[in-house]
Amino acid sequence: MKNADVHETAAAPRSKPERGGRLVRQIAKRYDLYLMLLLPIAWYLLFHYGPLYGLQIAFKNYNPGKGILGSDWVGFDNFRRFFDSYYFWRLLWNTLSINLFSLLLAFPVPIMLALLINEIRSKTYSKLLQNITYIPHFISVVVIVGILSVMLSTNGPINMLIQGLGGTPTRFMESAGWFKTIFIGSNVWQNMGWQSIIYIAALSGINPQLYEAAKMDGASRLRRIWHVSLPGIVPVIVILLILDIGQFMNIGFEKILLMQNNLNLEASDVISTFVYTTGILKGEYSYTAAIGLFNSVINLTLLLLVNRFARKTSETSLW
Amino acid sequence: MSKVAASKGPSDQRWFDIVVYAIAAILMVVVLYPLLFVVTASFSDPARVLNGEVWLLPKGFTLEAYANILHNNKIWTGYGNSIVYMVVGTLINIVMTLLAAYPLSRPDLPGRKGLMMIVTLTMFFSGGLIPNYLLVKELGMVDTMWALIIPGAISTYNLIVMRTYFQNSIPWELQEAAHIDGCSNWRLLISIILPLSKPILAVMVLFYAVAHWNSFFNALIYIRSEDKYPLQLVLREILLISQSATEEGGNVGLEKQILLSESIKYAVIIVSSLPVLIMYPFVQRHFVKGVMIGSVKG
Repeated sequence: MKNADVHETAAAPRSKPERGGRLVRQIAKRYDLYLMLLLPIAWYLLFHYGPLYGLQIAFKNYNPGKGILGSDWVGFDNFRRFFDSYYFWRLLWNTLSINLFSLLLAFPVPIMLALLINEIRSKTYSKLLQNITYIPHFISVVVIVGILSVMLSTNGPINMLIQGLGGTPTRFMESAGWFKTIFIGSNVWQNMGWQSIIYIAALSGINPQLYEAAKMDGASRLRRIWHVSLPGIVPVIVILLILDIGQFMNIGFEKILLMQNNLNLEASDVISTFVYTTGILKGEYSYTAAIGLFNSVINLTLLLLVNRFARKTSETSLW
Repeated sequence: MSKVAASKGPSDQRWFDIVVYAIAAILMVVVLYPLLFVVTASFSDPARVLNGEVWLLPKGFTLEAYANILHNNKIWTGYGNSIVYMVVGTLINIVMTLLAAYPLSRPDLPGRKGLMMIVTLTMFFSGGLIPNYLLVKELGMVDTMWALIIPGAISTYNLIVMRTYFQNSIPWELQEAAHIDGCSNWRLLISIILPLSKPILAVMVLFYAVAHWNSFFNALIYIRSEDKYPLQLVLREILLISQSATEEGGNVGLEKQILLSESIKYAVIIVSSLPVLIMYPFVQRHFVKGVMIGSVKG
C-alpha cells in the first residue's frame, strides 16, 4: 500500500514535465559520457571560442595593462587604418593571387595523378609511383624551404642546368617575380601524391562494367577517362574544392613566412605574414587582430558562397 | 586495378601505355631528385658542392658533416626537446581526442547534435593568430612546452576521423549488450572499444606525432629560451644563417664559416628528417588508411 502511494506521488506531476524528466533520467544514466566530454568541451570553449571573445580587441585600442575588457572602444578605426594604408592593396592582391593561382594550377594536379595511376596496369609499378610521390608530404616545411634554397641557389643543380644549356643563372629565391611560381610549384611537388589518395580511392569504387560498356561502344582509353573515370569522382572533387576554398585565405602561411626575404617581399607579403610581423613581433595587437578578422570574414563568405553554389549546381555540398 | 587488366584486348592502344609509363617515370625522377641531391651533397666535399660540381654522385666523399653534427650541442638539445614535445604532446592528443570522439560517436548521447556543432564549427571560423596568442600569453604558457601542446590538444579533423571509425567499425549492438550486462561506460571504453580500435589509434598516433615533429611556427612565437628550442627551430637557424652568410659572401674570413655551415646544412636536413623517413615504409599503409576513413564522411 505504501509502495503504491509513493508511486502515485511520484507519478502525479506527470502530464507536462514528462519529457524533461525522461531527458534528465537519460542524462543521469549516461553521466559518465558527459564526464568524458568535460575536458574536451572545456578545451574547445577555451581555445576555440575564447579567442572569438578576445576578437573584440579588433574594435578596441588594446592596452595590456587594462586587459581586453578594460581597453577603450574605437569602433572601426583599426579597419579604416588598414584599408587606407599604402600596403593594403599589395597584401590583398598577393593573398588572393597566390591562393587563386594555387587553386587553378595546383588543385587539378592530384586529380590528374590519380587518373594516371588508375591507368597503370602493372600493380607494382603503380604502387611504386604512389609510395614515391607520398614521401615529400612527411618532410617539414623548414626542410622543404631548405631544400628549395639549395636546389635553386646560384650554384645549385637547377642553375647549373640552366648554365649548361647556355642560359644565365638566376637568383630564384631572392626574386619577387619567381616567388609565386616557386611557392606553388613546390607545393605541388610536396602534396600531389598525398592529395591523390582520396581520388584513387574514389576511382577504385567505380563500377568496372561502366568501362566495359564504354569499350564496347568503341571508346578509346582517353575517352573512357573523360566519360567514365572523371564523372565518377566529380562528387569527391566538389567536396575537396569546397574544403580548399574554406582555407582560401590561410594556405601555406608558414611556408611563405620561411621563404620571405627583403628582396621578394613585393610578391611574398601576404595578410597572414603581415599579421605575424606587425602583431606578434611589433606588438600592434588591436590593429592586426582587426586585419585577421577581415581575413576570416572574407574566408567564411567565400566558403558560404561556394557551398551554396555547389548545392544548387551539383547537389554535392558540405551541408 | 583488376578492371584495367580486364580491358586488355586487341583494340588497346599501345602508345597510350607508353605515354602513361613515361609520364610516371618522369614524375618519379622529379619527386626523388631533390631528395637524392641532398643525400649526395651531405656526403660530399662542401667546397665542391659550393662550386656546383655535385649533381648525382658524391664528389670527394666525406663524413665530416656528420662528425660536425655529432659535436653540435644545439642540434642535440633540439633533438631531445623535439622528442619530449612529440611524446608528451601525442599522449595528450590521443587521450583528449579519444575522450571527445567516443561519447560523440554514441547514438544515445543526449544533445549530441549540439555538441557536434560546437566541435565542427571551429573548422570554419577561428579567432585568428592574435587572440590565440594573447590567450596563451594570458594563461602563462609562453616559453613553456605547454604552449606547443595544450592549444593544439585536439585536431578537429582527427576527431571526426576517429568518431567515424567508432560509428562504422564497432557494432552498436555489442556496446548495448555490454550495457545490459552492467558494464559502465568507462569500462566499455577501456576494455571493449580500445582493443577494437588499434588500427585507428595507430593512425592517430602517427598523424599527431609527425605533426609535432615537423611543426615550427608555435615554437617560433611562444618559445624564447634557446635551450627549449625544438629541432625545427634550430634547423631554421642553421639554414637561414648559412643563407645570409652566402649572400654577404666574398669576404675571405667568412669563407671557412660559410663552408662549415654549407657542409652541415645537408647533413642536418638528413638527420632531422631521418626519424620520419625511417618510419615511413612501415607506416605508410596506416597513413593511407587514415585518409580513407576520413574521406568516408568528411
